[in-house]
Amino acid sequence: MKKPTILQAAFYAALLAALLAFPLVVKGTFPTHIMIMVFLFAMMGVAWNILGGYAAMFSFGQVAFFGIGAYTSTILLMNYNVNPWVGLVAGGVLAALMGAAIGIPCSNLRGHYFAIASIAFAEIVRIHFNNWKFVAAAEGLSLPLLPDSLGNFMFHSSKAPYYYIILVFLLLSVLICWYISTNRMGFYLRAIKESHELAKGMGISFVRYRLYAIMISAFLTAMAGTFYAQYILYIDPESVLILPISVQVVLVAMLGGAGTIIGPVIGAAILLPLSEITRVWLGYKGTGVDMMIYGALIMVISAYQPQGVWGFLTSIRRRAK
Amino acid sequence: MSEQLVVQLMNGLLIGFMYSLIAIGLTMIWGVMNIINFAHADFLMIGMFTSFWLYTLYGIDPIFSIPVCAVLLFVMGWLIYKYLVSKVMTGPGLAQLVVTFGVSIFIANTAVLLWSPDFRMIEKPLLAGTWNFGTVQLSIPKAVASVGSVLVSLALFMFLRKTKTGKAILAVEMNRSSALLMGINTERVNALSFAIGSSLVGIAGAFLSMYYYIYPQVGGTFGLISFCIVALGGFGSIEGAFIAGILIGIVQTLGGYYFDPAYKYAIVFAMYLITVWIRPQGLMGW
Amino acid sequence: MIAAPCLEVEGITKRFGGLTATEDVSFTVNQGEILSIIGPNGAGKSTLFNCITGFYRPDAGKVLFRGKDITTASAHKICKLGIARTFQIVQVISDMTVLENVMTGTFLHTYDRKKVREKAGEILRFAGLYEKRDFLGTDITIADKKRLEVAMALGTEPTLLMLDEAMAGLTPVELREMIGLLRKVRGNGVTLIIVEHVMEAVMELSDRVMVINSGRKIVEGVPAEIVRNPEVIQAYLGDRYHA
Repeated sequence: MKKPTILQAAFYAALLAALLAFPLVVKGTFPTHIMIMVFLFAMMGVAWNILGGYAAMFSFGQVAFFGIGAYTSTILLMNYNVNPWVGLVAGGVLAALMGAAIGIPCSNLRGHYFAIASIAFAEIVRIHFNNWKFVAAAEGLSLPLLPDSLGNFMFHSSKAPYYYIILVFLLLSVLICWYISTNRMGFYLRAIKESHELAKGMGISFVRYRLYAIMISAFLTAMAGTFYAQYILYIDPESVLILPISVQVVLVAMLGGAGTIIGPVIGAAILLPLSEITRVWLGYKGTGVDMMIYGALIMVISAYQPQGVWGFLTSIRRRAK
Repeated sequence: MSEQLVVQLMNGLLIGFMYSLIAIGLTMIWGVMNIINFAHADFLMIGMFTSFWLYTLYGIDPIFSIPVCAVLLFVMGWLIYKYLVSKVMTGPGLAQLVVTFGVSIFIANTAVLLWSPDFRMIEKPLLAGTWNFGTVQLSIPKAVASVGSVLVSLALFMFLRKTKTGKAILAVEMNRSSALLMGINTERVNALSFAIGSSLVGIAGAFLSMYYYIYPQVGGTFGLISFCIVALGGFGSIEGAFIAGILIGIVQTLGGYYFDPAYKYAIVFAMYLITVWIRPQGLMGW
Repeated sequence: MIAAPCLEVEGITKRFGGLTATEDVSFTVNQGEILSIIGPNGAGKSTLFNCITGFYRPDAGKVLFRGKDITTASAHKICKLGIARTFQIVQVISDMTVLENVMTGTFLHTYDRKKVREKAGEILRFAGLYEKRDFLGTDITIADKKRLEVAMALGTEPTLLMLDEAMAGLTPVELREMIGLLRKVRGNGVTLIIVEHVMEAVMELSDRVMVINSGRKIVEGVPAEIVRNPEVIQAYLGDRYHA
């Protein structure tokens, strides 16, 4: 990655300042909520990218990790009084292990085959949780209300702390993704994306690196799940284990530009406000108009601009050179 | 006890035949152009609703809706191929995956918008009731739907093997570049396959509407199951999809009966994952 | 000076269903040699190639690399041990630059990003691709892609480099350049095994030539002898032609 110019650095600094000031400056909780959702899905999009953007492992099952994260930390909190931050790590580890477990039988799968396997996996998780008494099955879990504090990972008076936490999570994810892409693992994943044969020929154990990718992606996605649980304070299979969440994650990454670091952030910045606003205005009537618009958007983008926004911008820049 | 087994096996078989018809269209599309049509089961839903509205508004029995569904879905498939799918054929793999997802979401939610998410049923189809063999009961609509599915599947086999167009489709499935060299218009074969595949699942929708709940999201589970069937049978293999459909129907029914009905789909998905692990190319795939 | 054996192949056999693609092939390659493997299409050269490099597991036989048994080793491990290979249909990473492609190779033995980049740059200079280092893998010519493949393989610091039809599809000028490059590679101490159809390259480069037909080794020797060998001629041209 080239060192940013003064102009670029100034831009990013200003952007960061604006983001930090946002919840303090903007009135009302809904805008802050939208931004939280933007960051949440941007984070998941970045995590997805490690799999799908770099290694061609098009996962449509990320929601399984999201749900595992949410449920793990919540159960640990409710049943064993485990601090949510510890629960966060536990959820991440559990999700990573499950990812590895499913990754092994699927280690040869690419593209479409991997996509379907990932959906099958996520659906098995959902069906199980929907029927498992230990996690209250379809009824869901309501988190106990703890006093406001960072240590408790819970805030009742304002959304601002949640905003900053998820922003930090997002920055962490972006950093991890950046680190991966500029070091050996990123190169290896892209070789794997090109061809398993080629990877083998270059000394790359594609099984091993694919597993690493799944585990990292799973961990980050599970973190997002725990955040969600601590934020919304109620989880059930219908809210944390459904396919549309997985699809949204893919869309966010794809719209912004799969295989780029910033892409998912841009994608989330466009899609989530759209999604949240249409849901509030149109979705509560149960008419599905918000999803209709979604579907139409997907069709048009994939057919006519599959490189996404970032890909589009980079190709313009490249042509200009 | 073994009588129950017979009943369950039969039910599994009946569902299986339906599944087979649904999966055959999907595997054909895959075999010809390497696209997984995520909207396939939503076409099923359209077929079901077409049949439902014809019944509700005009009193036409599902049996007679079959040709309408066939034609409607054929046209829909053709148009979707022409204006959407063909555009992604040369693009990145992700776009190919996602575009039919978009179609799926769009169709399912348009249906929610137009017809509400409510569950509906065709109350009094022409062929209703049950046959009784001793203590074994056979639902007539189910039986008709299943037999019909088998007949349509057979018709497809014949079409593919005996007609010139059908053979062209098979040729493209086996080796695209050779087919091209032989002067076969592969673009047209693509569009035709997509249209035929959609038409088949539209017909399946008409059959299914005879006894199943009709609602906009019905494509969801059927979709994933049909992918599992296609993968199990071997992507692109029509015989494979036929056999796999029956197998999955039986596994689902027996699994639901002996283990836990709530988990019946989970069992199917688990079977898919195991298959893909042991034999990635499926039963008969290449 | 006694040359140390680099690769010892003993009795390699590989069957696919009813077809015996490779049957009881044995040969040795010494350090610093260039061995060409030639034979008509379908003779089993690629199968042999894949058995040695860990892409196929042979049904019988042994492969010893610098004395170490690698018969059942996996492909990526074999690369780590020091055997690099190219592919019959040239494979480079399309959405990476030429430099990044080679870096992927150099990452095998080093983790340090800066070192990896430097080494890759050196290799590109060696291979004559340094000016094109920022081009995308898809945007270069076939000849350059083939050179890039060699560069990528060199990145993994091989002791033995195996090339699968590296000369195919090259113009006479490109052919000369590739021959020159391979000579340089050998000059650096790398042993070469090349599977080839282009006889000009075979004659120019090889210390020894081995001929495979119908999965079996027919004969082995210096290029001048091989070309006159009646069995070889018969294998290529059929029964009607004799020396």
